[in-house]
Amino acid sequence: MSDATVPPTPPDYTQPGRVPTGPKLITTRFDQPDGYTYDGYVRTGGYTALRKALTEMTPEQVHQEVKTSEMQGRGGAGFPAGTKWGFLPPDVFPRYLVINGDESEPGTYKDRKLMELDPHQLIEGVVIAAYAVRAAQAFLYVRGEMALAQERLAQALNDAYAHNLIGRNILGTDFSVDVVLTWGAGAYIVGEETALIESLEGERGMPRLKPPYFPASKGLYLQPTIVNNVETLSNVPWIVNQSGQAFHDLGAPTSTGMRIFAVSGHVNHPGVFEVPNGITTFRMLFDAPEYCGGVRDGRSVKAFIPGGASAMWFFDEHLDLPLDKPTIDKAGSMLGSGAIVVMDDTTDMVAACWNVVNFFSRESCGKCTPCREGTTWLQRILKRILAGDGRPEDIDLLMDVSESISPGIAWPPRQTTICPLGPSAVSPIASAVRRFRHEFEHYIQHGRAVDGVVTPPIHGVHGGARIHV
Amino acid sequence: MSDVKTDAPADAAPEPPKKTTLSITVDGRAHEAQPGQLVIDACEDAGTYVPRFCYHHRMNPVGMCRQCLVEVEGPRGPMMVVSCMTPVAEGQVVRTETPGVKRAQEGVLEMLLANHPLDCPVCDKGGECPLQDQAFSHGPGESRYVEEKRHYEKPIPISDLVLLDRERCILCDRCTRFADEVAGDKLIHFISRGNATQVNTFPDEPFASYFSGNTVQICPVGALTATPYRFKARPWDLTQVESTCTTCAVGCRIVVQGSRDQLLRYQGVDSDPVNWGWLCDRGRFNFEAVNSDQRLGTPLVREQGELRPTGWSEALARAAQLIREAVDAGGPGSVAVLGGARGTNEDAFAWARLAHDVIGTPHVSAQLGDGMPVGLLALNRATIDEAASASTIVLLGPDLKEELPVLYLRLRDAAEKRRSRILEFTPKPGGMTRYAWKSIGYEPGTQVGAVHAALANDEIAQQLGAGNVVIVAGRANLAETSAAQVAALGELLAAVPGAKVLPALRRGNVVGAVQLGMRPGKDGMDSRAALAAAADGTVECLILVGSDPLSDVPDADLARRAMAGARRIIAVDALPSPSTALADVVLAAAAFAEKSGTTTNLEGRVTTVGQKVTARHTARPDWMIAAQLAAALGTDLGLESEADVLAAMAELNDSYAEISAAALAAAPDGVLAHVPTTLDPINPPTVAVPDRNSYDFRLVVSRKLYDAAVGTAHSPSLAHLAGGATIHIHPADLDRVGAADGDSVKVTSKRASGVFQATSDTTVLRGTAWVPFNQPGGTVGELIDATAPVTDIRIENL
Ligand SMILES: Cc1cc2nc3c(=O)[nH]c(=O)nc-3n(C[C@H](O)[C@H](O)[C@H](O)COP(=O)(O)O)c2cc1C
Ligand code: SF4
Ligand code: SF4
Ligand code: SF4
Ligand code: FES
Repeated sequence: MSDATVPPTPPDYTQPGRVPTGPKLITTRFDQPDGYTYDGYVRTGGYTALRKALTEMTPEQVHQEVKTSEMQGRGGAGFPAGTKWGFLPPDVFPRYLVINGDESEPGTYKDRKLMELDPHQLIEGVVIAAYAVRAAQAFLYVRGEMALAQERLAQALNDAYAHNLIGRNILGTDFSVDVVLTWGAGAYIVGEETALIESLEGERGMPRLKPPYFPASKGLYLQPTIVNNVETLSNVPWIVNQSGQAFHDLGAPTSTGMRIFAVSGHVNHPGVFEVPNGITTFRMLFDAPEYCGGVRDGRSVKAFIPGGASAMWFFDEHLDLPLDKPTIDKAGSMLGSGAIVVMDDTTDMVAACWNVVNFFSRESCGKCTPCREGTTWLQRILKRILAGDGRPEDIDLLMDVSESISPGIAWPPRQTTICPLGPSAVSPIASAVRRFRHEFEHYIQHGRAVDGVVTPPIHGVHGGARIHV
Repeated sequence: MSDVKTDAPADAAPEPPKKTTLSITVDGRAHEAQPGQLVIDACEDAGTYVPRFCYHHRMNPVGMCRQCLVEVEGPRGPMMVVSCMTPVAEGQVVRTETPGVKRAQEGVLEMLLANHPLDCPVCDKGGECPLQDQAFSHGPGESRYVEEKRHYEKPIPISDLVLLDRERCILCDRCTRFADEVAGDKLIHFISRGNATQVNTFPDEPFASYFSGNTVQICPVGALTATPYRFKARPWDLTQVESTCTTCAVGCRIVVQGSRDQLLRYQGVDSDPVNWGWLCDRGRFNFEAVNSDQRLGTPLVREQGELRPTGWSEALARAAQLIREAVDAGGPGSVAVLGGARGTNEDAFAWARLAHDVIGTPHVSAQLGDGMPVGLLALNRATIDEAASASTIVLLGPDLKEELPVLYLRLRDAAEKRRSRILEFTPKPGGMTRYAWKSIGYEPGTQVGAVHAALANDEIAQQLGAGNVVIVAGRANLAETSAAQVAALGELLAAVPGAKVLPALRRGNVVGAVQLGMRPGKDGMDSRAALAAAADGTVECLILVGSDPLSDVPDADLARRAMAGARRIIAVDALPSPSTALADVVLAAAAFAEKSGTTTNLEGRVTTVGQKVTARHTARPDWMIAAQLAAALGTDLGLESEADVLAAMAELNDSYAEISAAALAAAPDGVLAHVPTTLDPINPPTVAVPDRNSYDFRLVVSRKLYDAAVGTAHSPSLAHLAGGATIHIHPADLDRVGAADGDSVKVTSKRASGVFQATSDTTVLRGTAWVPFNQPGGTVGELIDATAPVTDIRIENL
């Protein structure tokens, strides 16, 4: 880089009205105190889409609208929902619809909000989707720890049954479907769709081998199965009411619609925000008063996780990238589950890295060796470094163990494992070691963090927070 | 083909034979793979061993350990795949030695070793450990793991026979998959997750599987150990010989391992037509009986009421004298020879010659009133493979899980993999019932009617009419004669004339013994008649060849009276039994693994039995005892060695005409003997079974895997596994007699009455009662009259 290059002045979004906006599609009831009740939902236009779909549209037409919308799945992989539904082998019945509400990735809490604050919207989306894919039964799988979501969904299901919105001959039509509510026993890995299916079948939640790559061909009870995320299906009523094209007109052509991002970390107002997909940038999200209102204490962003704990980290040079799937993929990370974690310049990168790795090591299902053994190994090396017992060779060792889990440590990750959980633990290591190698070296040489960062308490390492200034 | 006319010109290019293999490349070498094969197996065929831990070719691949990663050229360049989950495809290019593959394999091995305790010096597996071996061949050389290893309590018992060391476990899912997929005993499984994942049982529910020993054998590390072998030897001290288990008639192939002239372990050998490498725990662990200090090592003769040890010449002379006295007193027909089903073919052949040709008695039987008429073996015989691939398997016999355990595994597999439908007729639902397409329960004595009714059912008739049918036929109930069972079999065969029959007879070499002449000759008595004749004194001399009427004959009173009535008893045995205790001469026999020879399993498959250790003291094989006894009686049978006997067998017995040492050496899985043509097929009798008085219960008595039989009773690891002899009754019937589970009840048959503890058991059919046979302390034989078609009993609350 030559000295002549003048860094462009970053855009300023700190004043209201400077960021693109769009209609709220699925968070309209977040501020409505009774939005989660049947009455509150119906009063605000609820279940009109279901009536429209069942009485005015064929399943194919509903499917077509979803295809036209080009809505990408919101569970992590970003696969277009309409295309996925099309993978169902024709004429194989029964088929099932499974709704993935196991949301457990650190920083991800959008599905929980949707289930707690607007359960009927989800149920309406589920019944419409079941109609579109001709599912015999739908299974709503909710994360074990989400007590309020379970309670509200259970109530909503009962109310929907009572109003003939689920069950036999829905709204007097020929269409019948049951929706079964199940909850997990507290395992992150059950969010992986094939592990979720195992769990639904009463087995230990461990991912199945691929291929088949999609449960659409062989899923629950080895029958064709569609697995969709809570947010994905919550959008379906809007699409049916307003049309797939209307959805497609929002956001960017490569990332259509509005999308919810859950921002946490060192911003002034963490929360879930429904933003125009594909055109909103990270900087807009962090700085705009409509959203997070800036990094706390006016500090600068040191790094951020753009799409869930499994994603590669981004840094200040990525702040002006739009939240657009192909753009982010090309930049070497992902939007994943839409969980953005912001780390300001007081963050201890070694500790942050440990935090994420520790999560994955504890949540590994234990099925494959590189994940089960490797993630724990990485976690222990990091913890040892944090405890002041690091050795110079540990940094290369971290990368080398990572290599055994994810050959090449590239993006998108290659894997020696069955599912992407193992390589997920490599992302924070690769990100932190490549960018902040000196912080690791400092720990190893001096037994403590670099000056100016805050190290959170870590069980077994420190008694409490230590601030190095 | 010579008379086939063809219009094609003579010089037309012959149609190229249709290729049935797939051409693949393994590390640059061309190889023809079998369709449906997995890459890991194709590579092995091509001479490249891909390291592995979780893959086992008899179980579904799970792709868990990730050790078998290889590169396969795909549409988008080389892809790293697990070779145990990837099927071969035409034109596939496989690379197992690229830097990427090596790096990945080393990475996995390093991780497997990371938490492994590496306590090889004190580990049973050390020296035969796939982890050790593959760490050398495919591992990174040294470990960079300096963190604290995983710690667990070492080891924990997961059953009476198996211990689990979770520190050594590499979580390959082999044991757990075996328990679920192969044995159907899903009692061990993974718990916890991440690095804390471990194999364990449900709380308070041990891994009580009849097949648990297999998990020890297939565990790729020393995580699972079996109590009978633990810390007994190091693999490099063991020597071994291939053999066949003769505990039951399945004839599982094994290696017999030992060191310093002591037996230490049996391991299953994968014989494709028979056991697929599996063994049952009874067969696997009863080597302890051979090592027992109770073993008979020298002959005994009775003197002044006491058995005292003596030399062979005196013992043989005494035995010959007893036989001569009997023949002098009542002719050759006053001698009866019972047994021979526990030894080798050679033993049975020599004894049959002695009995029929030297002594001249027709009263010879290898069964003890607990089997089937020998004509069963004259029927169109099925192999195990034929049974396990038949469209319909009809079960008309004992609970296979209890009596022929590995046959149970094979047939269960056939049902689980949807190759076969099982149609079961049983007086007591058992191990196979849950896998049956239809299980038809019948009250003892009514099986003919049950078969009849089933055949009248359209669905069943259709099923039997389509595809192959194999009938697995044997004795299902010891508290009835075999008559109704034979009649039911006749009924089935008449309806399905093309059906083949797999005899479900239990004793290790019963089929060989019968085929080789241990069966009644012209006008000869079967064992029940012979025992009755002994009881009333017409049979003067009983010769027991490895048989123990007092334990094995269902009618206890008959056995007791026979043993009391026979004036002269000669017993040939390797272990003392209630019957040897009453003998006048006891000839000490060499036990299994102390002699070589051949055996015949229930299909008629002849395989070798190997000698691993020298016989105890002066004990000798049964065939040699027969030859020496013949000599003492003045006849030279010309049998000096096992080879002599084998040659004579082939010469004199058509069924065995093709059996020779060379033929057996060329066919490690054995050679099928021909179905005997000199036997008359069973002749379905007409049976008159009395109606059951509605206050009575009809008795079912059958065997459990673990009982008081000598081999089990003298194997300390197994002896305590025999359950009790309680009477099992359906809870509703138990109510009816006013008793509760665990109560003592009085049980009365026409023969006798006794007190039993009652067990409430929903698997027992209403109106019947079930008692396991020959359990320690059991007295159910007292209730049974061997001549009565069925046994009805009254049950009263005490
Ligand atoms: C380790 C792992 C965890 C996952 N957790 C979740 C989750 O909590 N919720 C979710 O919707 N999808 C999760 N997924 C993605 C699902 O496998 C699946 O792609 C998704 O539910 C499909 O729904 P969509 O097409 O509507 O996005 C996870 C995937 C992996 C590999
Ligand atoms: S990568 Fe990890 S979580 Fe995924 S299947 Fe393997 S062990 Fe389980
Ligand atoms: S105990 Fe042995 S067989 Fe079972 S999972 Fe562990 S290593 Fe595998
Ligand atoms: S099934 Fe029979 S032959 Fe096989 S191991 Fe068991 S006892 Fe031996
Ligand atoms: S042997 Fe293929 S993954 Fe274990």
